[in-house]
Amino acid sequence: MAPLLELKDVHTYYGAVHALRGVSLKVEEGEIVTLIGSNGAGKTTTLRTISGLERARSGSIKLKGKSIEKAEAHEIVRLGVGHSPEGRRVFSRMSVRENLEMGAFLRKSGPDVQKDFKKVFELFPRLKERESQAAGTMSGGEQQMLAIGRALMAQPKILLLDEPSMGLAPILVEQIFDIITEINSRGTAVLLVEQNAMMALGIAKRGYILQIGEVTLEDSCDKLAKNPKVREAYLGV
Amino acid sequence: MSRIVDAVNAPFAPVRAYFRKHRSFGIFVGVVLLSVALPLLTRVPPFDGIQSTNAWVNAFTTAAIYAMLAMGLNVVIGFAGLLDLGYAAFFALGGYTYALAASPFSGIHLPFWPMLLAGGIVGAIFGVLLGAPTLRLRGDYLAIVTLGFGEIVPITLMNADKFTDGVNGIGGIDKPSIPGILQFTLINPWPMYGLVVVLFTLIMIMIYRLEDSRLGRTWDAIREDELAAESSGVNTVIAKLQAFAVGASIAGIVGVVNAAKITIVTPDQFRFAVSISALAAVVLGGMGNTIGVATGAFIIYLFQSILLKQLNTLVENFNIPILNQVDFLEFQYVLYGIVLVLMMLKRPQGIFPARRRMREFAPLKIGKGGLK
Repeated sequence: MAPLLELKDVHTYYGAVHALRGVSLKVEEGEIVTLIGSNGAGKTTTLRTISGLERARSGSIKLKGKSIEKAEAHEIVRLGVGHSPEGRRVFSRMSVRENLEMGAFLRKSGPDVQKDFKKVFELFPRLKERESQAAGTMSGGEQQMLAIGRALMAQPKILLLDEPSMGLAPILVEQIFDIITEINSRGTAVLLVEQNAMMALGIAKRGYILQIGEVTLEDSCDKLAKNPKVREAYLGV
Repeated sequence: MSRIVDAVNAPFAPVRAYFRKHRSFGIFVGVVLLSVALPLLTRVPPFDGIQSTNAWVNAFTTAAIYAMLAMGLNVVIGFAGLLDLGYAAFFALGGYTYALAASPFSGIHLPFWPMLLAGGIVGAIFGVLLGAPTLRLRGDYLAIVTLGFGEIVPITLMNADKFTDGVNGIGGIDKPSIPGILQFTLINPWPMYGLVVVLFTLIMIMIYRLEDSRLGRTWDAIREDELAAESSGVNTVIAKLQAFAVGASIAGIVGVVNAAKITIVTPDQFRFAVSISALAAVVLGGMGNTIGVATGAFIIYLFQSILLKQLNTLVENFNIPILNQVDFLEFQYVLYGIVLVLMMLKRPQGIFPARRRMREFAPLKIGKGGLK
């Protein structure tokens, strides 16, 4: 069976800058896969290319065997790719509830959506408390929860998470990672981009190391965590 | 200040609550009351001394036309957050559409009513034509392109002599009529006043409905964060085109009415100043607040056409030699400038800020306080 998400030799440019130089990776159904790399390695670009915010100049991106590299961003959301973008990007002047409603934008409102509201509030009780508060007035951790919750409202098959730990206190980071594991255990695959490699390798099954737009290493997370080069470069040990 | 406002508002609370629920009906009642009250008001001092009731009614009609333009522009600027500086172009296209369809110049005399629709369609088409290539542009860049478009249209109209009679414009445009019942004339301002009141009501109701619709929410999202909107599944391209089309079609319809009212269109009527005056109304009234924007347009129009004119008469009466040479009507551009600069510096949310906009301009407060 075709993997849930598969990238083959994807090249993306920002103008003349060659940001992705042939990225290939795959995510199987129900997996957490992490993408690790330093600043500017192309992690965010990879996610943006998958979700259609950037266009791949060549290469293929397949969702369940179906090509999506030419699809528009909103079509890709409909096909089941949820993206929680870098820097959270919540609608800061909308309330928490309105943000989540935007997440369900493509769905017909009805009992199904209401059920998902419940599910999101179950995962993030904090958001329930702040339901009518303007999203921009919340703490970074809460905004991160909201960004993830918003992406979940579209019922994604795969969730792309861009640096969910950025700027958060360690205790919050742990909380967020617990929730990611929980989301995954409910059946959503996750492609996790992280600078916090230690945490990412802790919850993911497999990982890819990205360097200057290229995948230089691919392995199970156990092995990556033991790899001396990885340990030196990304784990700081 | 706000305490006084609250105190004045308090007795109206139940009324407001009712009309919040039945907003379209509320707009209808409000506009009808106002449209009756305004002419009555011109019969009492000091207004009766300024000009005749007929002249007042004519001025109100023009003010309402201008207010409809501002409301349309507000869809583009206030709702979708796209700075359009060439809005007068669509107004012109609507006007010329009717002029070509109902004047001795073209030799065609189509009835007025279907042309209202045609003006809207022409506006929408050109709105999309302008919108499509400029959608990737943002902020200043979009403003510059729309500014250019706003210039191209009147210049083209001026140079396409064969089709538009160039600088002379197209005169003798047919007045609307309801066959067998009512013929609009230049002398009697009331039928046109009635028509504009009806159209004003319809447009305002339509815009409020749009604001509350899914599309309205989409525009909110785009204005706040286009990228986040896109990752939520919003087709931002279509949504922005829709904003352009809605705004432009309103300008097109209003252009038809305007042409039928003054019975002549010339390229000069649609210069940059018209776009700027509509923009000044939007900024003065409060971006995103439809009623506020319409009020802003009334204030600016009546200020420039009544007050500045009065200033001329006043100066003549006092016979001050230096000031005699000054035509205060020319000061309307200064007025737009002052309004734009002062509002942007002192009160960017406008006199009547939109509820959602208030949040955007207010510094975000961290705390437990929930939003209403």
